[in-house]
Amino acid sequence: MADRHTEPRALSEKVWERHVVSRTEGKPDLLFVDLHLVHEVTSPQAFDALRMAGRTVRHPELTVATADHNVPTTGLDRPVADPISAKQLEVLEANCASFGITCYPMGHSNQGIVHIIGPELGLSLPGMTVVCGDSHTSTHGAFGALAFGIGTSEVEHVLATQTLAQPRPATMAIEVDGALPAWVSAKDVVLAIIGKIGTGGGIGHVIEYRGSTIRSLSMEGRMTVCNMSIEAGARAGMIAPDDTTFAYIEGRPHAPSGARWEEALSDWRGLVTDEGATFDSTVRIDTSSLAPHVTWGTNPAQVVPIGGSVPHPDELVEPSAREAATRALEYMGLVPGTALRDVAVDTVFIGSCTNSRIEDLREAAQVLGGRQVREGLRALVVPGSHRVKAQAEAEGLDKVFIAAGFEWREPGCSMCLAMNPDKLSVGERCASTSNRNFEGRQGRGGRTHLVSPAVAAATAVAGHFATPDELP
Amino acid sequence: MKPVRVVSGRAVPLDRSDVDTDQIIPSDWLKRVERTGFGAGLFSDWRDGRDFVLNRPEHAGATVLVAGPNFGTGSSREHAVWALMDYGFEAVVSPRFGDIFRINCTKQGLLPVQVEPSLGRALIDAVIQDPSLELTIDVARGTIEAPGAGLSGTFPLDEFTRDRLLNGWDDIGLTLRHEKAISRYEQARPTWMPSAPARS
Repeated sequence: MADRHTEPRALSEKVWERHVVSRTEGKPDLLFVDLHLVHEVTSPQAFDALRMAGRTVRHPELTVATADHNVPTTGLDRPVADPISAKQLEVLEANCASFGITCYPMGHSNQGIVHIIGPELGLSLPGMTVVCGDSHTSTHGAFGALAFGIGTSEVEHVLATQTLAQPRPATMAIEVDGALPAWVSAKDVVLAIIGKIGTGGGIGHVIEYRGSTIRSLSMEGRMTVCNMSIEAGARAGMIAPDDTTFAYIEGRPHAPSGARWEEALSDWRGLVTDEGATFDSTVRIDTSSLAPHVTWGTNPAQVVPIGGSVPHPDELVEPSAREAATRALEYMGLVPGTALRDVAVDTVFIGSCTNSRIEDLREAAQVLGGRQVREGLRALVVPGSHRVKAQAEAEGLDKVFIAAGFEWREPGCSMCLAMNPDKLSVGERCASTSNRNFEGRQGRGGRTHLVSPAVAAATAVAGHFATPDELP
Repeated sequence: MKPVRVVSGRAVPLDRSDVDTDQIIPSDWLKRVERTGFGAGLFSDWRDGRDFVLNRPEHAGATVLVAGPNFGTGSSREHAVWALMDYGFEAVVSPRFGDIFRINCTKQGLLPVQVEPSLGRALIDAVIQDPSLELTIDVARGTIEAPGAGLSGTFPLDEFTRDRLLNGWDDIGLTLRHEKAISRYEQARPTWMPSAPARS
């Protein structure tokens, strides 16, 4: 496993190389998987196929499961009302029990959104390969891990072999420099990046986020950035680990300790892109005058600064972008030229694997302290995990949210994808801290605008898109 | 997986870009624990509109879906592939596919046919013009042809994936031929790597 290479290499290439189990010219590399995260939606068919083939799970101790997509966010002491959801949750527990896999079901103190609990339990570490049957697995790249989403056939393959055959991706550097203005967050940085490179800009690539702005972000901010790599089409997003990373990891339940901690640390310090390494493409972003961003359309690249207005499709050069914008505006019920600040919302959702960590909740609570949610507006906070929820309650944040008029819910994916009872109705407009503004994503006919936690909170108070410094 | 050698038949023109997997199969359908029966959910939100292209009688029985760029982006749900195949599609044509969707296709034997943007555009226009147009996609040769419209082109498929499709090989079986290499790798993993105690 020792690195014998002498030519300069990018971070992603280093992590890739150390996981190659077998390499044959003209074929994809066979990679070892260090951590396989599992949830209830994309795993049942994989376990069934294993059983039908008489196969077993090769490394149950490298596999961790939780229930997140379907779980209700109220009344955890009652049976799950939707019988199909209830069955899927039961099947996850039964599969994990029969194959010897650790599972954190609904209500367990370690339960939460799969991409929240991996990092908080110290399971996601630098230099690892992490996969999950979920596209937002890119989140774990914030630690300098190579982390990517897979489909159910690949879930089955990893369960059976703890490996994956993968073609080698291209490399992309995104250099982010400049101080962040007040109330501009990691979410705005990544929305600006997606706006610049498009939903397909990262296809076939592993992105490495670099530069002074990225270095200055907390681990939670870095997770928000890496989380949305997939919205630019990227296979994965990564950030080189540094002292911020190591400080976050130290002392977490599954993090190494004692001599192993020292061994790990000396290894992790080498996980940087070498001087002189080249990338297949490079994108630069200056954040010194960046404003909070709001999406106006039905894909995350359809985004503008909050001071902007809904664009005229005719101004777009690409015919396919023009056609997509026209359709998006019709679905979103928006008129070109409307200022985003004049767009009123019905609902505010703070949650999802993008923005439901403790710092997100602190930021929103800071805006809401002493203020009230606009009358008639529905507002909910769904912490990413039971650990996040407990921490927030210890800090009294729950009381701030409730006093402002927010509903304080139990952890899960919730209204990010509306597989549980938290849904938008037809035509309902939502400011959401989640990651996808696709048609119907938050409920059929629902209209989603992606924003940061600070903008979500300010919007809940103002009743239309707003930044905290505009509030009375 | 069944071997896939040649796909031929009529096509459905889906003249939209950025068709994400949430559109292909909405999340309500993801609660099911089965692998079959997803065809009814294919594009279900859009299919309720009477004018949606899939509802037009002239496209009934088509086996190829021809779509705009960035098809299958977003969620990793393999249910999108199961839905397309269950409905009757054997190939999807687009200038650009989401990575995970494309991989999921090749695991199930749905052909992801990535064509030059100009050919993609021309194929959509040709099928709109003549719904009876026949397309032929040849895996071994890596070609797509629509002789009735005078259109043809090639699509990329790495050698390994091509052979897997042509032979219908089981991925896991292929990987387990590397048992020795996997065992060797397992012996040499760093001791600091985390693990969760396996349940008995």
